[in-house]
Amino acid sequence: MIEVEDIYFTYPNGVEALKGVSLTIRNGEFVAIMGQNGAGKTTLVKHFNGLLRPNKGKVLVDGVETTKVSVATLSRNVGFVFQNPDHQLFSETVEQEIAFGLRNFGFKENVIKRRVTWALNLLGLAQYRKTSPFMLSGGERKRVALASVLAWNPKILILDEPTIGQDYQQKEKLRQFILQMKAQRKTTLIVTHDVEFVAECNPRVLLMQDGKIVADGEAIRVLTDPDVLTQASIVPPQVSQIFLQLSDIEAPKNVIDIYEARKILLNILEKRPNERF
Amino acid sequence: MSVFDGLRFRKVYSPIHNLDPRIKFVYVCAIFVVAIIFWELLPLMVLFVMQIPIVLLAGVKRQWLRSMRGAAFLAAIIFLTNFIVAFIGAGYTVTAKSLENAAAMTMRFVVLVESFSVFFLTTSPDHLGLALEQTHVPYEFCFAFTTAVRFVPVLAEEAQTIMDAQKARGLELERGSFLKRIRNYIPILIPLIVSAIRRSLELAEAMESRAWGTAKKRTNLYVLRMHKGDLVLAAITAGILATAIYIHLYIPIPSLHELLGSLL
Amino acid sequence: MAVIETKNLTYTYPGGTKPSIRDVSIKIGKGEFALITGPSGCGKTTLCRCFNGLIPHFYQGELKGEISVAELNVTEHQIYELAKHVGLVFQNPENQLFALSVEKDVAFGLENLGVPREEMRKRVDWALNLTGIYDLRERAPYELSGGQQQRVAIASVLAMQPEVIVLDEPTSFLDPLSAKKIFEVIHELNRRLGVTVVLVEHRLDLTARYADHIVIMDEGKIVLDGGPREILNSEEARLIGVGIPKATRLYQMLEKDGMKLGNTIPLSSDELATLLKEVLKA
Repeated sequence: MIEVEDIYFTYPNGVEALKGVSLTIRNGEFVAIMGQNGAGKTTLVKHFNGLLRPNKGKVLVDGVETTKVSVATLSRNVGFVFQNPDHQLFSETVEQEIAFGLRNFGFKENVIKRRVTWALNLLGLAQYRKTSPFMLSGGERKRVALASVLAWNPKILILDEPTIGQDYQQKEKLRQFILQMKAQRKTTLIVTHDVEFVAECNPRVLLMQDGKIVADGEAIRVLTDPDVLTQASIVPPQVSQIFLQLSDIEAPKNVIDIYEARKILLNILEKRPNERF
Repeated sequence: MSVFDGLRFRKVYSPIHNLDPRIKFVYVCAIFVVAIIFWELLPLMVLFVMQIPIVLLAGVKRQWLRSMRGAAFLAAIIFLTNFIVAFIGAGYTVTAKSLENAAAMTMRFVVLVESFSVFFLTTSPDHLGLALEQTHVPYEFCFAFTTAVRFVPVLAEEAQTIMDAQKARGLELERGSFLKRIRNYIPILIPLIVSAIRRSLELAEAMESRAWGTAKKRTNLYVLRMHKGDLVLAAITAGILATAIYIHLYIPIPSLHELLGSLL
Repeated sequence: MAVIETKNLTYTYPGGTKPSIRDVSIKIGKGEFALITGPSGCGKTTLCRCFNGLIPHFYQGELKGEISVAELNVTEHQIYELAKHVGLVFQNPENQLFALSVEKDVAFGLENLGVPREEMRKRVDWALNLTGIYDLRERAPYELSGGQQQRVAIASVLAMQPEVIVLDEPTSFLDPLSAKKIFEVIHELNRRLGVTVVLVEHRLDLTARYADHIVIMDEGKIVLDGGPREILNSEEARLIGVGIPKATRLYQMLEKDGMKLGNTIPLSSDELATLLKEVLKA
């Protein structure tokens, strides 16, 4: 679905953001792209909808080279939800905001009406249909931005730092939502530095450092590898931090889920001869 | 846009950069006055050439050339306008006099761009802000000035992000009729304006929280002090002004074509 | 002795239909490191703005109840007077920095207060050193990373030498590593200088270990108020839906399964690992 062939990218101000990146993302995959600020994560994903074109190498989305088509054409299939919803909201009502993308892509009015209703319901925004998006809270505005992208049903969904500013419950809802997308076999990419969130979702993780990919694999393996994490300046998830410190005890290393951790610890504690009550 | 490029400050260090901006500004104003005094081409050319050593001393040759190039278009318009008017006035004939006059007007403009460009290229915005403060411009204006400059790169980046975000929703900024294209900028302008308003609110909160508005008189971490170099520049400025006024009043200036004629 | 004290504080924003905070009564002692948390919209940001006078002086609206900070009645003193005693660091690093160089920004508050130049120079350098950004003092804010910018914001508040520093989700826009560094700086200030710290945060896994006092709010009211270990280990805290440190959760879960790991409730993975090692060694 997305193929990146050894791309290099330098910003006009001279910053080398990507230094030889290659990867393949298949249909229906759920991938988290992680790394420190400045590692190149957002730069990389901006190549997937044509906002950036590589200086060297090729990017193919759905078999089409990104340099050959416009951003608008690519966006029909690659829905990019930006970090700050306030960079996108401008309409008088939430309804119009969601219809914006649909109109740009030339959908018919009756289809637009249906899709808007669907998107409103999917993200629990039905009661705000006629509300001005500027009147909503931060979390609600984020949902409007997401709804406006989902409305045109792109094959690939990219979320740039979706967890910033969200509290615990909002992140839970987001996690449920992403799992829903996964179940519908929609290719989902999230760019994030929120290790806890990634640990709870357990996607494929692409770890970037200094314009290169330094790790690519299951979250459960990448996020428990202390060397790779130090190299990329990533704080390990809390659960794996615990197990990293139990290295001298016979405990498995690759644990990021709290319920797994509980099972394992219970096992270890019960095996001991004298237990506390 | 390259005209504006020539006005942007670069962090280079040269003796010109270290001069007190107030003196530099007085110098630029003096050049302005001298340029206005003379209508003849010769002194204006002298004025132009006289400032080139300053450009070289300040090490801003490349950016300065860029601003000169940017001004070239306007300069050409000024030349043509003046020439055409003179042309018609002289009865539809080309005279050396009308050519020279047009050239003189153009040179006046070029001299102004040259000196202002050097000023802005060698004066950092904080230096400027400080100069404003010390010349007793009310602090609110100085603050507005430096804060505006401080946020220029931030706003520029934000505008780019907003454009990217809306392009990713299918907005086409390069196609369509003229009217449609203007309408397509609404999804860019509104988030930009809303963001600016929100930003102002947050800034106001931060300002208040740092004791803005305390009744007493405001002090400053920095102070601009005059050095030897500044006094030298002040003397040079006075000298230029005095010489110019003297020449203008007492010495007749030949026109260029007369001068060339007598030499050949 | 309480450096912040509120009694039945209730506030409604102008044009608001219901109060954003209701009947809030808290006491924060001198030198404490207090952590305030709760779901989005619970009123923690509103409460912060009451501490330095932005509410009611900047926001107007209706404020009922009593509030005193550094023994000053907030409603009777202007924001610029309170600024000498309470510093407020906001969420967005970019929108707190005005000047074109770091040290000019740190000096901003002092300039407003009319502090003489020599004294200002000393305090600015002192604040820059404490926050570890002395080498950045001549840089422009635009060139700095988010974490560096927040340290500048903290330094500029610190330079005014307030008794209390309030920080409203200062690491929202930062990555976890930068966030950690910021919390370490704040902890140092609290420990070395005795500055009272009030920190509003969601990232309890990184901050609970520093706190002496934790307050959990929900829907404008104080729901839990006390020591971090007991509060975060409680069922109520879990039901409100705050980000309880996973170490604490595991301790809780294991206790329910019949495994009590000791009497000190862990707040960080280090503490839990230590507990486990002790239990397994014995």
